Amino acid sequence: MRNVRSWLGAAALACSVAVPVLAPSMAMAQEVPAPAKQNWSFSGPFGSYDLASAQRGFQIYSQVCSNCHSMNLLAYRQLSGIGVSPEQIKAIAAAVTVPSGLNDQGEPVDGPGTSASTFKRPFANEKIARIANNGALPPDLSLIVNAREGGADYIYGVLTGYADPPAGMKMGDGMMYNKQYPGHQIAMPQPLHAEQIDYSDGTPNTLDQEAHDVVTFLAWASNPEMVERKQIGVRIALFLVLMTGVTYAVKRQVWADVH
Amino acid sequence: MAGLHKSEFANPVVNWVDTRLPIFTFMQKEYGTFPTPKNFNYLWNFGALLMVNLMIMIVTGIFLAMNYQPNVATAFDSVQHIMRDVNYGWLLRYVHQNGASMFFIVVFIHIFRGMYYGSYKAPRELLWMFGVTLLLLMMATAFMGYVLPWGQMSYWGATVITNLFSAFPIVGGPIVTWLWGGFSVDNPTLNRFFSLHYLLPFVITGVSFLHVAALHITGSNNPLGIDVKSPQDTLPFHPYYTAKDSVGLCVYLLVFALIVFFAPGMLGDPLNSVPANPLQTPAEIVPEWYFLPFYAILRSVPSKLGGVLMMFGSIAVLFVLPWLDTSKIRSARFRPVYRQLIWVWVLSVIVLGMVGGHRPEGIWVVLGRVATAYYFLHFLVILPVLGKLERPLPLPESISRPVLSLGGGPLPGGATAKPMEKV
Ligand code: HEC
Ligand code: HEM
Repeated sequence: MRNVRSWLGAAALACSVAVPVLAPSMAMAQEVPAPAKQNWSFSGPFGSYDLASAQRGFQIYSQVCSNCHSMNLLAYRQLSGIGVSPEQIKAIAAAVTVPSGLNDQGEPVDGPGTSASTFKRPFANEKIARIANNGALPPDLSLIVNAREGGADYIYGVLTGYADPPAGMKMGDGMMYNKQYPGHQIAMPQPLHAEQIDYSDGTPNTLDQEAHDVVTFLAWASNPEMVERKQIGVRIALFLVLMTGVTYAVKRQVWADVH
Repeated sequence: MAGLHKSEFANPVVNWVDTRLPIFTFMQKEYGTFPTPKNFNYLWNFGALLMVNLMIMIVTGIFLAMNYQPNVATAFDSVQHIMRDVNYGWLLRYVHQNGASMFFIVVFIHIFRGMYYGSYKAPRELLWMFGVTLLLLMMATAFMGYVLPWGQMSYWGATVITNLFSAFPIVGGPIVTWLWGGFSVDNPTLNRFFSLHYLLPFVITGVSFLHVAALHITGSNNPLGIDVKSPQDTLPFHPYYTAKDSVGLCVYLLVFALIVFFAPGMLGDPLNSVPANPLQTPAEIVPEWYFLPFYAILRSVPSKLGGVLMMFGSIAVLFVLPWLDTSKIRSARFRPVYRQLIWVWVLSVIVLGMVGGHRPEGIWVVLGRVATAYYFLHFLVILPVLGKLERPLPLPESISRPVLSLGGGPLPGGATAKPMEKV
């Protein structure tokens, strides 16, 4: 019996030693450096989106990213979720040209967007997108924060991870060096630079600030329900804690006469 | 046995119905006054939790199906439409998605309870086998459900798992084509998986009734593993166990809610937020966490057919567990060696789970093989032999009088015959 116990202990020990030792070496094999943790307005059980930051992020998306990346799951009307007013939404939508049905001759025509239009896509199809991007496909950004290991921290890491390749590294044709991207060679040219965006609210336009803003916008786009979800969650959790206490008290009462 | 039932209910409407269809009498007998061992601990909550979980899955699933589109061109977007445009669609989807994980957490604990206290032993073998059937049905349902959102992992998971059948000689290839309804995982596959995913939960419901019907014939096991001997050993199910189950239910719902509202993506794979792309194989194809131990067994065997057989074998041994375990003593509490070895087996399953989540390289290969070997060793060698060699501790005389039937003196291990918990 003692043997069994020491065997068990040894096995548990072996596992607890093996896992931390092995885990980093596994990560290295895949060349995905763990992204550095950033401070996000939306993290934690009470976090919610910094709306001003998300709006600045939308400005960056419109001015920069939307030249290459679609966001097919979003319609302009949904921008109300980051506090854009209905009038502003109408104006934003009206400024883009989108397919708007058929004319009297039955030919497809383009026209100004409405609040119900989905975000304008930069390329008509994947083939054109690849031709314009040196063969690479810029992924749709609607769900990008959920679609990458590391989420917001990872996207931030990519946007701020551009650098000169280390001496001796052979870069592919048209590829950029990126500290965060798996394999370190990315087909996206550095999209954001310091002092690139003119913020109307006087926010300093450092690269860090710009990346934070656009990632906040993307995080909202991936999880627009998050704020409501957490608010409901706090109430339900409190209710259930209370109910657990009450049912436990009732149970004690019911069982009081059992020995 | 024709004839009206003599109902004892006072309420005239209830009485009228009960006289013609004694459903109230039945409920009263099976869930009201049903004599239940008085010494259950909280591990006996998990069966009730499974019932609740099944109902949650069916209700959220039916509402999801109202907006879901089983077509490769629209499935992914229709799930996002549920998440973004349907009123509380995100809640439905997150409850359903994480409900599957909760279901498996609960069923694994429920199965462990059965193994620890020997609930599979005579006369409960059939009851246990219905349980293993339920596990298999749950696995099939969850696997097909995971394909429906048509993300990268949905598609590639379905491809890898269905391809396993190609390991069988001669019939393998045709079986795979037949499962797919074509020559790759495609629209026909998605359609039939949706149809079956809708169907199987109702099969699960049916088998659950058989499972519970068998339970109500044999009666429940209990932490001491000894038979009920007198009415002093039991309590009516209501209010004692309805009250105790309610406590467990609240804790379960709390854990469930914390996941759904604060970390709904925690248990999922980020790659399933990328639409399925048959032209781009992901670097690593990993199943959902609850399949990882079985996936590890599959990959630990160097031959494909061998791996597939061992994987199915890992469930098949559970079916025959009542006959592999030769000990007549049910509860591990009175089996000093089994009580330790069951934890080694649990450890082997946990190790397999970790192995399943890593590429089969280096130490993971070794760990996977050792753990696979131990998993089977436990059932096929240790349990048959241990039952013959182990010297069990003396059993208490009855549930209500935890006194020794043999010898009568104080217990050698001191506390062994005390009920496990006092609440
Ligand atoms: C000139 C076109 C272009 C612009 C502008 C652009 N991108 Fe990209 N982006 C790409 C291409 C091409 C890829 C695919 C890279 C690859 O496959 O190596 C990409 C990939 C990405 C990825 C995915 C990285 C991964 O892990 O796969 C993210 C996130 C991203 N871009 C964000 C942005 C953001 C945010 C902006 C705006 C600030 C932006 N991009 C602007 C072309 C562009
Ligand atoms: C035993 C019960 C059930 C289990 C274990 C189960 C499991 C699952 C799983 C794991 C998913 C994938 C979730 C995701 O990753 O998004 C899923 C999706 C789905 N299930 Fe179920 N399910 C069950 C019952 C049902 C029932 C009864 C229905 C319909 C009546 C249903 C309808 C759906 C639909 C429409 C989807 C696709 C939408 C989505 O992915 O969220 N499910 N199910």
